[in-house]
Amino acid sequence: MSQTITIPHVTRIEGHARVSIHLDDAGEVSGAQLHVTQIRGFEKFTEGRPYYEMPAITARICGICPVSHLLASVKACDAIMAVRIPPAAKLLRELLHCAQFVQSHALSFFHLSAPDLLLGMDADPAIRNIAGMIENHPQLARDGIALRRFGQQAIERMAGERIHPSWTVPGGVNKPLSSDAREAILSDLPVARSIARRTVKLIKSILDKFPEEIASFSNAPTMYAGLTSPAGELRWYDGLLRFVSQEGEQLAEVEDPVDYAEYIGEAAMPHSYLKAPYFKPRGFPAGEYRVGPLARLNVAARCGTPEADAELAEYRQRLGDRPQSAFFYHYARLIECLHGVERMERLLDERRILDTHVRATAGVNELEGVGIIEAPRGVLIHHYQVDEHGAITWANLIVATGHNNLAMSRGVEQVARHFIHNGKVEEGMLNRVSALVRAYDPCLSCSTHALGQVPLVIDIHGPQGEPLQTLTSAPAMSPPKSRPPSSA
Amino acid sequence: MKNQPKARLATAWLDGCSGCHMSLLDVDELLLTLADRVTIVFGPLVDAQHFPENVDVAIVEGAVSSQDDLRLAQTIRENSKFVIALGDCAVTSNVPSMRNSIAPTRLLERIYISGATAQPGVPTQNVPALLRAAIPLHEAIKVDLHVPGCPPSAAAIAHVLTELLEGRKPDVASAAKFG
Ligand code: SF4
Repeated sequence: MSQTITIPHVTRIEGHARVSIHLDDAGEVSGAQLHVTQIRGFEKFTEGRPYYEMPAITARICGICPVSHLLASVKACDAIMAVRIPPAAKLLRELLHCAQFVQSHALSFFHLSAPDLLLGMDADPAIRNIAGMIENHPQLARDGIALRRFGQQAIERMAGERIHPSWTVPGGVNKPLSSDAREAILSDLPVARSIARRTVKLIKSILDKFPEEIASFSNAPTMYAGLTSPAGELRWYDGLLRFVSQEGEQLAEVEDPVDYAEYIGEAAMPHSYLKAPYFKPRGFPAGEYRVGPLARLNVAARCGTPEADAELAEYRQRLGDRPQSAFFYHYARLIECLHGVERMERLLDERRILDTHVRATAGVNELEGVGIIEAPRGVLIHHYQVDEHGAITWANLIVATGHNNLAMSRGVEQVARHFIHNGKVEEGMLNRVSALVRAYDPCLSCSTHALGQVPLVIDIHGPQGEPLQTLTSAPAMSPPKSRPPSSA
Repeated sequence: MKNQPKARLATAWLDGCSGCHMSLLDVDELLLTLADRVTIVFGPLVDAQHFPENVDVAIVEGAVSSQDDLRLAQTIRENSKFVIALGDCAVTSNVPSMRNSIAPTRLLERIYISGATAQPGVPTQNVPALLRAAIPLHEAIKVDLHVPGCPPSAAAIAHVLTELLEGRKPDVASAAKFG
């Protein structure tokens, strides 16, 4: 009997997503698709706004990584003003960015993915969440809350607010870092570092418990993209955008940000509001590439801070130079968390960090500006064109999660094929499909410039594509209920 | 007080940026005490697939912008005793409403046709249609409490939750912020 399986809510990710899995008569998976169901249209409705409003507007693309949009946006504005921002401003922007990496990675691991990794993929959905973690792994839950608070508090101390702060402005930042704020962040740092350290140990200790997931989570070779220094060191705030093959061969390097458009195209997808970027020289869909923690550590030669580099060496010794399985995003993410804390300490000790000259001022000197940055989930690009008064005439936003769209869609199919046979579908198996999406830690609010409900709907379709069943995993563990097919 | 049944709390993201939910998480350690007194029965941080019945408090972030948002908002109202519009998107439709002066077709064409270098075409399969405009929550359903702010501060959200748990109607003005 052929079936259509619907996972209505991919939960514990940011944004709407739906998966449809198609089974053939033998009950084997014949295909699967990821549908992202939210769209806002920042690229269109910002036309006509003054360029210096863009940071505040585009921050509202995402509440989890607003600092990324703020920084990519102000970098595009700096390019329109054609100014070099003061050294202290560059340091402070990077400090703010590192704090965001720590809090965002902490959120992703502790609150969104740890329930799968520690309570179990087949755990009862009713407890497979933050409350279940507080009950069953109280110390880890506290670590998650504390590490995320460390990042958010550092952001608050620097920028005045944790979410959508208005501290970063075109030309720099609008006020210097106070020495009290610097002292306060430094005093919290040792605890954050020890949490980051022991969480890397934790992920190393549980890796071997997930052989099937490792084998089936997007374990196919792809290209990778990420920012590095000219010498190949990991960069988050500013760097060269590099594309590297699975074998590590450099395929492209973008030095002048505006040249990104030579290498990155965007395909519209009939079944999703999420466009799919691809590596233009290889065309669509062959030009599939991935971004984010796994990709960054596959592109960079090293992180540039001692403890993170020691962990990176062990990571590569254990998994090889360029690990492929999306499951290792969790491991890479936690190494980056440790790197973020180390990098913050180094920046806070920089001689010029308390300088008072933190902003360059100018008018419109260029009619085009591009800002490229690494958001926690991957490469983020803001590209603005303005008229001579500085009003936006055209804007293009390519956000982190979008780059992973092709890989995520293929990954969903790979997991479905691995875990679903002769039509037998249990909730735990479907959670693995969601867990695959979670491994990419997609911020679907960013990826469709809109954010909404987190649910993932999985429709099960028969051989002729007709929807047959919606599988719902109600809070209590219950067998899949067959329901009249939902409207496609 | 210990054996009092836990309050059933649901949270929902409509057309928001998740910033209000992040602000909820920013109550930090209060999460631990809340976990004793509240069960989260639906929302982005839990795995429930469908909005449950008899929810005590539903916190809704985001404007109502698509058919899915509208259906979920109505389902929330039908199953919840107390509905809170959390944040400026839910209260005034905020940034999402910046699209309202543009016809949805023109918006979608800019993004999926002129904005695509491969397979240009507006998506239609398995994705909800857009409403003509992104509207505030109270234009779709009756709202019992508005908490403004973009996002509202963690303190304001903590105040609202603790007051409700004590059975009192929160005085939002004291902790409210705009923008
Ligand atoms: S009110 Fe602000 S923080 Fe809340 S969802 Fe809307 S844009 Fe995000």
